[in-house]
Amino acid sequence: MAKVTIDGKELEVPDGITVLQACELAGKEIPRFCYHERLSVAGNCRMCLVEVSPGPPKPAASCALPVGDGMKVKTSSPMVKKAREGVMEFLLINHPLDCPICDQGGECDLQDQSMAYGVGESRFRENKRAVPDKNIGPLVKTQMTRCIQCTRCVRFITEVAGVEELGATGRGENMEITTYVEKALSSELSANIVDLCPVGALTSKPYAFNARPWELSRTESVDAMDAIGSNIRIDSRGREVMRVLPLQNDEINEEWISDKTRYACDGLRRQRLDTPYVRRAGKLEPASWDEAFAAIKQRVNVIDGKKIAAIAGDQADCESMVALKDLMIKLGSTNIDCRQDGALIDTKSRSGYIFNTTIAGIEESDVCLLIGTNPRLEAPVLNSRLRKSWMTTGLKVGMIGMGYDLTYPYEQLGAGPQTLQEINQGKNSFRKYLDNAEKPMLVLGQGALVREDAFAVLHLAREIADQTGMVTENWNGFNVLHTAAARVGGLDVGFVPSNPNMSVSDVVAGAEMVYLLAADEISMGQLSSSFVIYQGHHGDAGAHVADVILPGAAYTEKSATFVNTEGRVQRGTKAVFPPGNAREDWTIIRALSDHLGHCLSYDSVGALRERMIEINDIFSMPNQIIPSRWGSFGADTGVSAKPFLNPIVNFYMTDPISRASETMANCTRDILGTEDKTGTDG
Amino acid sequence: MLQDKDRIFTNLYGFQDWGIEGARKRGDWSGTRELIDKGRDWICEEIKSSGLRGRGGAGFPTGVKWTFMPKEPTGQPHYLVVNADEGEPGTCKDRDMMRNDPHKLVEGCLLAGAGMGANAAYIYIRGEFYTEAEHLQTAIEQAYNAGLLGKNACGSGMEFDVYLHRGAGAYICGEEMALIESLEGKKGQPRLKPPFPAMMGLYGCPTTVNNVETIAVVPTILRRGAGWFSSFGRENNTGTKVFCISGHVNHPCNVEESLSIPLKELIEKHAGGVRGGWDNLKAIIPGGSSVPMLPKTICEEVLMDYDSLREQHSGLGTAAVIVMDKSTDLVAAIARLSKFYKHESCGQCTPCREGTGWMWRVMERLVTGDAEIEEIDMLLEVSKQIEGHTICALGDAAAWPIQGLMRHFRDEVENRIRTKSRENFKAA
Repeated sequence: MAKVTIDGKELEVPDGITVLQACELAGKEIPRFCYHERLSVAGNCRMCLVEVSPGPPKPAASCALPVGDGMKVKTSSPMVKKAREGVMEFLLINHPLDCPICDQGGECDLQDQSMAYGVGESRFRENKRAVPDKNIGPLVKTQMTRCIQCTRCVRFITEVAGVEELGATGRGENMEITTYVEKALSSELSANIVDLCPVGALTSKPYAFNARPWELSRTESVDAMDAIGSNIRIDSRGREVMRVLPLQNDEINEEWISDKTRYACDGLRRQRLDTPYVRRAGKLEPASWDEAFAAIKQRVNVIDGKKIAAIAGDQADCESMVALKDLMIKLGSTNIDCRQDGALIDTKSRSGYIFNTTIAGIEESDVCLLIGTNPRLEAPVLNSRLRKSWMTTGLKVGMIGMGYDLTYPYEQLGAGPQTLQEINQGKNSFRKYLDNAEKPMLVLGQGALVREDAFAVLHLAREIADQTGMVTENWNGFNVLHTAAARVGGLDVGFVPSNPNMSVSDVVAGAEMVYLLAADEISMGQLSSSFVIYQGHHGDAGAHVADVILPGAAYTEKSATFVNTEGRVQRGTKAVFPPGNAREDWTIIRALSDHLGHCLSYDSVGALRERMIEINDIFSMPNQIIPSRWGSFGADTGVSAKPFLNPIVNFYMTDPISRASETMANCTRDILGTEDKTGTDG
Repeated sequence: MLQDKDRIFTNLYGFQDWGIEGARKRGDWSGTRELIDKGRDWICEEIKSSGLRGRGGAGFPTGVKWTFMPKEPTGQPHYLVVNADEGEPGTCKDRDMMRNDPHKLVEGCLLAGAGMGANAAYIYIRGEFYTEAEHLQTAIEQAYNAGLLGKNACGSGMEFDVYLHRGAGAYICGEEMALIESLEGKKGQPRLKPPFPAMMGLYGCPTTVNNVETIAVVPTILRRGAGWFSSFGRENNTGTKVFCISGHVNHPCNVEESLSIPLKELIEKHAGGVRGGWDNLKAIIPGGSSVPMLPKTICEEVLMDYDSLREQHSGLGTAAVIVMDKSTDLVAAIARLSKFYKHESCGQCTPCREGTGWMWRVMERLVTGDAEIEEIDMLLEVSKQIEGHTICALGDAAAWPIQGLMRHFRDEVENRIRTKSRENFKAA
């Protein structure tokens, strides 16, 4: 601990922190532009100058100066004030006075700080500088004349996103932030630079000129685009979601979100199901709720309960899954599955299907084995943690599966389960890293579980974990990385068939009625002879084959529980109402149960949540990590030779919302370049 | 006046062979092994007591700087980096040393390396110095071939390598931290201090950056003794120094002289006097473009050393004496320097990036008188807003020439504005 005096107030601060951090501990806010807690220190904006003694008789940049014992800091002396006013004047002389038409207006650091340190009039009589705008892709809009060269964006893209695509060219007043050669940023985290930019140089392209920050209502919620459960803020105006921003949660997403999380929200306005439909004479026609329920009842009455199946999709919430499961039990069916991708996951022990290490725990690990997973596409935010761990403590990474640029180096060990066997038998050179590691971990992706030999792969991975000391009293290095927000919740509420060896195609095989709860990614061909009920929010694959459509709510439109891949129970909040006649999902199932004469016992969301806790105690402890007991799972049944395949090919289109999103389509075209170009296309 | 027998750079003008044969004749590489054998502490102590101060401009005591390097091996390599990116306008001393006496520098690298416990030296030479780089590279190769560098340098058992790296001609790469960044292959932008290079310098290893002249004088000091070197000049400003005299003098030249020589004597004796006689003198910039100019009255008396020039609100800098006679348009001269600093600012930190351009534009208008009298004070205030608020000293260097101009020749600037506004009034 070091003793420092800040503005006459003496306090003890930890060694090694900067003067800026010490000032914050003392409750003094230091203005800054270039400094950011999660990026390296640049010290170039010179806004955070403070007076420090002992030291040279000039102000020092507090963001870069480590505290020393006996240091005296003045944060508001005349010298400091004059220095900051000087810096502010320099920042403003070449900054355009276009706040009224700038999207950053109202949430701009430069605007805010110029209120404190700016002067009313400019002394600058020369011409202002203009800088050509850059095209850096479909997500980030540039207005480079506004840039104050703080280089936060450069540091984020280089350090966190891990792609060296942004930098500065030119020097002096000709310095420009650019991609060197015009190209779209290829990172899945690229749009975080919009949040980082302290001025309006980098703004959101899809959101350009759409709204002003003071018009928006803010709702804190949880993301459902992947299984990480990033904490988000949904900004809405009226009934429309205008944008999605990250919320800080150091245990999950720090303060980053993926581009899909941020920008798929324009898909919420398209292809929406806003009224029930019933298929009559081969054609879907709008209907009332009563008509839709009546059509279902008519069918249910003539079908054996055992011939009914229910599949939950990737964004289904726990409430509706519990309600649907209860209804299915009442109808006499155990044919339910939440693993619509066909994964076989053993639910015997919770530790066998969650990310036990936790996302923050990745930073403690020293060796990591990736099995059938591409974290960069499956969970970009989690991938940035792996990269952080590599950057800070040199995490050693091995990979079994398809290679990919993960933004950090890894050793490619093999492609399929044989390599896993080799490691298990100590024949692979990577085994020694695992053996010697203090906190080794492995990550099983869905690529390793969407296979017939999934139980054997699980068994092998579990053996490796046991043999290499991955599971100790205070460390569990066995992890499953899910891709769907609904998956762990579905497994926790037991939305799985009674026979653990059945995959989703076995569940629907022979079913005369299939209830799709926002499930769009199963192969619809196998449902051709069944009566299909589709409950969901988008007119996607499921709705096309449906006989009855029940319009539900998207994740922004309901108060719903999701369990992320770590097994953390989180509750999303309703930001806007579902469109038209659409309703929150659990209420639809509750109403249907009444129609079918199998009335569910709960008629409020509170009562339903009581029921969830009854099924699994975990739901009584939201936002926490409850360590799971290390149990047995998997089966020693022999593996196939087939290589692991990555489940995600196009990161930007993985679910009904992102498939309906124009922005995601633009990303697919401009960043992945998968669409054929025509002769007039550039 | 310094006697020829006391000159260190005996081939400054290139009349003799610059190669190893010629260098040996001039006494270089003689007894180098014995000097190394005397040990690290002895070398440091000798340099400290010689009073040698950094010749690159800042004037920090060299021996003290070397002791900042870790005493014990850290497991990392330790580096000496020689700053040969001589870019300060008016300065041309390092260039002549490297072209005509490169072995002084190469031997200096070895001895300084022994003094600070370095494993290798990198010489970062300015890109425009083509012949100098060639000569230096040849000198390094000659030294390797003669067994003076390498695995067993001079038979001392010490392993020492010298590498030459050519820069691309950016002025800012002469700043020690920007030089290190550039040497690492990055954009030449000064790094924040702390950490200081002696802790984390080149490639994150302990590093000392010294000017060419500082290193080149080391072998002679060690050979002839600290007492000999410190017998020149005043206390705290000891030794000999190469002065670069340019501008309105009859014989512009580089000359080695003892420190603390009166400025007038320096010019009269070595440069053939001011063009048109001493009374035709208007102002002198005594230490390279970065330091404030001095008017004739001060030039009469001032001594050419670190402390007496500082007393006059100027500095010794690189000891590049720029003489300007009465025909000089001082405002235009300083405006040209402002343009130089605007052009060479790296753009990293705000005050320098924005301020140098602003100052240059105002200076340009002052040249024609197209300004208001109040703008002079505004310009001075802007220069104060830059000075001391930047990461490196380029901001200060851009501010000082303007401050020097206004300190001594404000009348001239004001008159020009008044004349112009009268003209404008008449024209209207």
